Amino acid sequence: MKPTDIRNPDYFHKVVDCQWACPAHTPVPEYIRLIAAGRYDDAYMINWESNVFPGILGRTCDRPCEPACRRGRVEEQPVAICRLKRVAADYKGAIGERLPKTPGKKNGKRVACIGGGPASLTVARDLLPLGYSVTVVDGARQGGGMIRSQIPKFRLPEAVIDEEVGYILGMGVETRFGVWVNSLKEILVEGYDAVFVGTGAPRGREANLPGRQEAAAHIHIGIDWLASVAFGHVTKISKRVIVLGGGNTAMDCCRSSKRLGGEDVRVVVRSGFDEMKASPWEKEDAMHEGIPIHNFLVPKEFTHDKGCLTGVLFEKVRAEVDAKGRRNLVPTGEPDVHMECDEVLVAIGQENAFPWIERDLGLQFDDLGMPVLNQATLQSTLPRVFFGGDSALGPKNIITAVAQAHDAAISIDKFCRSEDLLQRPAPHVKVLSQKMGIHEWSYDNGITMDLRHRVPTQEIKKALSSIKTEFELGFDPQLALAEAQRCFNCDVQTVFADKACIECDGCVDICPVDCITFTADGEERELRGRLTAPALNASQDLYVSGLLKTGRIMVKDEDVCLHCGMCAERCPTGAWDMQKILINVAHAGQG
Amino acid sequence: MSYLAKPKLHHPSLQPNALGYTRRDYEGAMSTMCAGCGHDSISAAIIQACYELDIPPHRVAKLSGIGCSSKTPDYFLGNSHGFNSVHGRMPSVLTGASLANRDLIYLGVSGDGDSASIGLGQFAHAMRRGVTMVYIVENNGVYGLTKGQFSATADAGSRSKAGGINEDSAIDLAALALQMGATFVGRGFSGDKEQLVPLLRAAFSHGGTAFIDVISPCVTFNNHSGSTKSYDYVREHNAALNRIDFIVGRNEITTEYAPGSLVEVPQHDGSILRLRKLHDSYSPTDRIAAISHIAERRALGEIVTGLLYVDDQPRTIHDHLGTVKVPLNQLGESALCPDNAALTGINASLR
Repeated sequence: MKPTDIRNPDYFHKVVDCQWACPAHTPVPEYIRLIAAGRYDDAYMINWESNVFPGILGRTCDRPCEPACRRGRVEEQPVAICRLKRVAADYKGAIGERLPKTPGKKNGKRVACIGGGPASLTVARDLLPLGYSVTVVDGARQGGGMIRSQIPKFRLPEAVIDEEVGYILGMGVETRFGVWVNSLKEILVEGYDAVFVGTGAPRGREANLPGRQEAAAHIHIGIDWLASVAFGHVTKISKRVIVLGGGNTAMDCCRSSKRLGGEDVRVVVRSGFDEMKASPWEKEDAMHEGIPIHNFLVPKEFTHDKGCLTGVLFEKVRAEVDAKGRRNLVPTGEPDVHMECDEVLVAIGQENAFPWIERDLGLQFDDLGMPVLNQATLQSTLPRVFFGGDSALGPKNIITAVAQAHDAAISIDKFCRSEDLLQRPAPHVKVLSQKMGIHEWSYDNGITMDLRHRVPTQEIKKALSSIKTEFELGFDPQLALAEAQRCFNCDVQTVFADKACIECDGCVDICPVDCITFTADGEERELRGRLTAPALNASQDLYVSGLLKTGRIMVKDEDVCLHCGMCAERCPTGAWDMQKILINVAHAGQG
Repeated sequence: MSYLAKPKLHHPSLQPNALGYTRRDYEGAMSTMCAGCGHDSISAAIIQACYELDIPPHRVAKLSGIGCSSKTPDYFLGNSHGFNSVHGRMPSVLTGASLANRDLIYLGVSGDGDSASIGLGQFAHAMRRGVTMVYIVENNGVYGLTKGQFSATADAGSRSKAGGINEDSAIDLAALALQMGATFVGRGFSGDKEQLVPLLRAAFSHGGTAFIDVISPCVTFNNHSGSTKSYDYVREHNAALNRIDFIVGRNEITTEYAPGSLVEVPQHDGSILRLRKLHDSYSPTDRIAAISHIAERRALGEIVTGLLYVDDQPRTIHDHLGTVKVPLNQLGESALCPDNAALTGINASLR
């Protein structure tokens, strides 16, 4: 194999699985160490710079980092990264002084952001400190978009939204709230240098079944209903509620129903339990609140008595894998199931909707009705219009919206400077040896055996008594410290210097997870099979040295390395060193 | 060395052996050796060999003397019996233990100072008596604990870290063991586990007096250019005689080898040692030839490693003395303290 090029920042970035998996590439281990040190402000600011909404995301993120967490590969559960983020937000002091300042002198460029959600706010935040004038337009009376309208308050208190949305608006955004945009042409006419579209996926998918029209008064689209609840237009629901759908919106709908008077609330899903789109923890929380989830039932008809909803009729199905390996739901042939209810919430998906973008502006749409974009720059076919968030590449989640908005902001900045949009700025990399003494490191290399700590929650009766009572209480500082200690510090990298190695085997012998081998060179596939422990996880790289004195090479499988530094402590010549590689992806103006 | 204990977490593919133990279960306390010490690699090789042989840890007794090497039994087989004896006196303490309980597996761990200087007499007599044990000398050619003076195994002409030249001739413990009658003699190198682990497995299955001289560089005092026991020197001058494939039972898949390159030696426990010869004319079952081969190669500046000699029918101290088969701790009071009539009988037989 070719020796690993560790100067390529992506090599070590990939080893930090959580950061690599985070769409915004938040330096997770860095802020977890700061939480362990009680430096909540610093931990918060690292988050704020990467993902803009630490308090919000610390409660609501889809957490792609956690399935990626290395700890989950050597032990049962990953580090509770998301809830540690919330700790930073909960215990920080006043950080207002640390926010970037908007320069008094503007650069003369004007940018409009359509939609007031996480994507648009991120663009505003990235561009304001560079001197841009940013106008955010949204139909709602406050900023936040779906964060405010769709996420129930028992998961995300209003005060947290106000605070974090406020940080950005306070940087000098010109807001046009309460203004529904009906025409992109009208916006363009205003002469903005660039327009960012961050309008999300605002339309809930319909369930066009018999009885839908007749019983319309008792059947609601999930996200619309959640918005009505969020803004206080809906304050109660009938006793018997059926929620259709298996995603996170369905979980929010059922749990909200339970708090607004629903007694017999049930979730009915077409697919099996494991295939449901909802995050496992959201399913758990729903079931914990006494909400049953019924699977493999496809809705056929809304039954009603002269327009008064009586229930939903379901066909029983089972999953079958066809010749092409696709899962299909086929009827079991058993009798249909009728479930009685008084109200139905339909949460079976969200769609993009661009009725307000005229089709004669030169902005092309594809067959699925999505804007045609350059995937790298998020620029549309109308050069000064950019997209980001759910409206760009389809519904995903908040953290993806933030990441795309960062990218779009870079593109907008380059566009306004007439630079090449495809020349993306390189990440900022800081390398720092952690060595303090013979076996002393400036990070805590002890590996705790603690299992994942549960986040304390509100007592269930009290939690269900009000839609505004926050269910999760968050970690207290002691629990946060214990959970933070579970982090392996994967950003503190094992760096190998071929020339210093005397091949004493000290590192091989001490490595608790058998990841180091000295062996003859070979092809990667074959090499993976004959290491000290087989390297079966092909998604994880092998770190390969150049030829050593004995004609062998050093091969390290990065897969389950604990970053405990034992190899470096056992190394008599300093051939192994533990070096913190802090990687920050560049944002607009940081090229 | 490290202050922290080795983390308990392990590789997900770590396999248990026939007893249900993983390799990690054969580990001991955290080593306090200098970083890079060859002794730590020997400990790792012992762990690996015992794991592969499915040895029940509680049936092993580790005995040692004094010195860096003699500290190491603390760092492997944490669930075995251990006895850290007086300097150079491990062989006699082990002999006593072996006579009292022949059911245990005895592992003597010593160093070049412990065995070739203060304990040379003890070493020689353990070899000639046929004490059932695996005797390992972790040989680095220096007194590491007292800051790097030459030991008795340091080659004449080699230089110390401080610059002095060794004028005394060296004791070759493997050659001495052969002369004294050891029934299994091998030499290994801490930096070559592929050779050392099978050698240890063979020694553990031998059933007689198995001696292994393991060259183990002292990274702190004897890993410099004037040393003949440094990583570099040993690698450059290593004349390996053979590679051991260790086979349990007869029905194993045989690999094709060039004719004459294989020697199979059945062990007393039914397992087979298959030696892949790296040196054509060498026979590991000829004691006299082994002694002269080592001497010849030594004169050429080569270090002969591998299985030097094995006797497949070893006679032991228990055969010589006709000891009772049952461990003393399992005998009843009447067997341990025979009555007056028995004493009278013995006395009468001697008159």
